[in-house]
Amino acid sequence: MKWIVNNRMNAIYIIIAAFLFLLPFVYESRNMLILLTQIFVFAILAMSYDLLLGFTGIVSFGHAMFFGIGAYSIGIFMKRLEPTMLHFIYAVLATILITAIVSFIVGLLTLRLKSHFYAMLTMALAGLFLVLAEKWRTLTFGNDGFTFRVPELFIDRTNFYIICLVSMIAVFMILKRFTNSPLGRVLQAIRENEQRTESLGYQVLHYKIAASVVSGVLAGIAGIFYAMSLRYVNTSVFAMDITLDALLMTIIGGVGTLVGAIIGAGLIEFAHDGLTELAKEHWIFERWIIFFGIIYILVVIFFPLGIVGTLRKFTWIRKKQHPAKKKENLAG
Amino acid sequence: MTTLIETDQLSITFGGHTAVDSVSIKVSEKHFKSIIGPNGAGKTTFFNLLSGQLAPTKGKIYFRGKDITKLSPTKRTREGIGRSFQITNVFPNLTVLENVRLAVQSRAGVRYQMLFHYKKYREFEVKALEWLRLVLLDDKVDSLASNLAHGEKRKLEMAMLLALETEVLLLDEPTAGMSLEDVPAILEVIKRIKDQGNRTIILIEHKMDMILDLSDSVMVLFNGRLLADGTPEEIMKNETVQSAYLGGISL
Ligand SMILES: Nc1ncnc2c1ncn2[C@@H]1O[C@H](COP(=O)(O)OP(=O)(O)OP(=O)(O)O)[C@@H](O)[C@H]1O
Ligand SMILES: [Mg+2]
Repeated sequence: MKWIVNNRMNAIYIIIAAFLFLLPFVYESRNMLILLTQIFVFAILAMSYDLLLGFTGIVSFGHAMFFGIGAYSIGIFMKRLEPTMLHFIYAVLATILITAIVSFIVGLLTLRLKSHFYAMLTMALAGLFLVLAEKWRTLTFGNDGFTFRVPELFIDRTNFYIICLVSMIAVFMILKRFTNSPLGRVLQAIRENEQRTESLGYQVLHYKIAASVVSGVLAGIAGIFYAMSLRYVNTSVFAMDITLDALLMTIIGGVGTLVGAIIGAGLIEFAHDGLTELAKEHWIFERWIIFFGIIYILVVIFFPLGIVGTLRKFTWIRKKQHPAKKKENLAG
Repeated sequence: MTTLIETDQLSITFGGHTAVDSVSIKVSEKHFKSIIGPNGAGKTTFFNLLSGQLAPTKGKIYFRGKDITKLSPTKRTREGIGRSFQITNVFPNLTVLENVRLAVQSRAGVRYQMLFHYKKYREFEVKALEWLRLVLLDDKVDSLASNLAHGEKRKLEMAMLLALETEVLLLDEPTAGMSLEDVPAILEVIKRIKDQGNRTIILIEHKMDMILDLSDSVMVLFNGRLLADGTPEEIMKNETVQSAYLGGISL
């Protein structure tokens, strides 16, 4: 009981997780299952983006490249070889290896480039991967993409749902620990004041590379699950839209909070889904990017801290007021 | 006495303007040196060269006889040259405690640990609290640095520098912009560090009484050039200094 009082947030997380675990067994809606699975996958992507944007203060416009690398790795392995568990593991390892190498190089670039040049360069790099996927037809089948089969275990929608949920929770916990480690605290210092972090004796570049690699690998993992959920992959996984989605999810949920990225992913994916329905009524709803643009502007103006950030601020103020009141009483 | 820091013809030019002009000094171990000079004389720029924030156009810097001219600010901090900044330079959206804790963590060399929770290193927080107590800021540990008053930020700046426990302390106008009642506390801290006798301190200040009281030697910068370098008494008597700088200041 005492633990619950002291760890109210953790208790809430556990209840929600338990609810999500049980959901497919009590509420049998295929669409809902698919939508939630999609949310879990994008939550992983958004959390990985939050590590860069919210914790380290790095703005990347090329996050889709890691997502795409993951998606294509799994697709190619499953298509070229047999859809077995062993090959799934190969695909995961290949994704980790490639995304780690690419994100390491991208991380190195933060050394010399000022933030806006860095943002542009990551965008260009992601574009390069997009072109590669279009042109390397023997491997990628060009723009059309290709379908593939997945290992037995992932075919069942409920299984896949549970696996994605577990992965999301695992990524959440890994990133929570990572950002709260001594190394992770330095990331936040870099976000706040890079030059000061340096003069405290921290080698800023090392930290940026660490954040870049962890973020890149996790985005790759999200890409794997994304492609597996569709059992299909095409060049859209490298598109700017993916990066923009990750950016929006993180900002709407609240940068630097991780749980905000999950909430943001939920909201955006629900909105996507709703707008797709509405598009049947009126064409304007097909231009969902317009709506997201508007939402984005409203959030930045009215809730610059995002949902979680804003909530935290209020609870923080409430907590702060208590000791002050006590003091007043004593004085009185 | 062994020379700890030495600069040789140290110069830096911005555009056509030479902000530091062939300054050669030697600072021996455990020495307390002050730098004075009018606004824009190049004092802060000289610090930026010593701490590695700026690279000189000409000249060399030696630390313990080793050429450190090419070393990054990070490396120089680790070698033992710590500095505070004239323009407050802290982590605005982190708590006061966290600001100092990060310095303690760096000092302890726990830089790449990513498996444990940072709270596992309780001793860092304890140590950070001690430094905050020393600068009389322990009543604000949980405030965000951005919410501090100006004088409090200066104290925080000081605590962060002290927490690095570097052999050399470069203090850039630590009391600048502080309210009068805050100045004695910082002065007290500087005195105490000096009295501990294991640090080499270089202080930039405008308050002459403070300088005369603390310094083993004083150097005068004027238009980027080293005008004079000597004991406080010598500097006070020096006529060039009198006319160039001190003339305008009543003691
Ligand atoms: N990064 C820079 N780029 C261009 N000029 C600079 C730069 N830094 C300093 N300067 C110039 O160098 C000169 C010396 O500046 P500096 O800040 O070192 O003076 P200071 O002695 O610290 O003055 P104060 O007492 O006002 O702090 C000034 O003319 C300043 O404009
Ligand atoms: Mg100055």
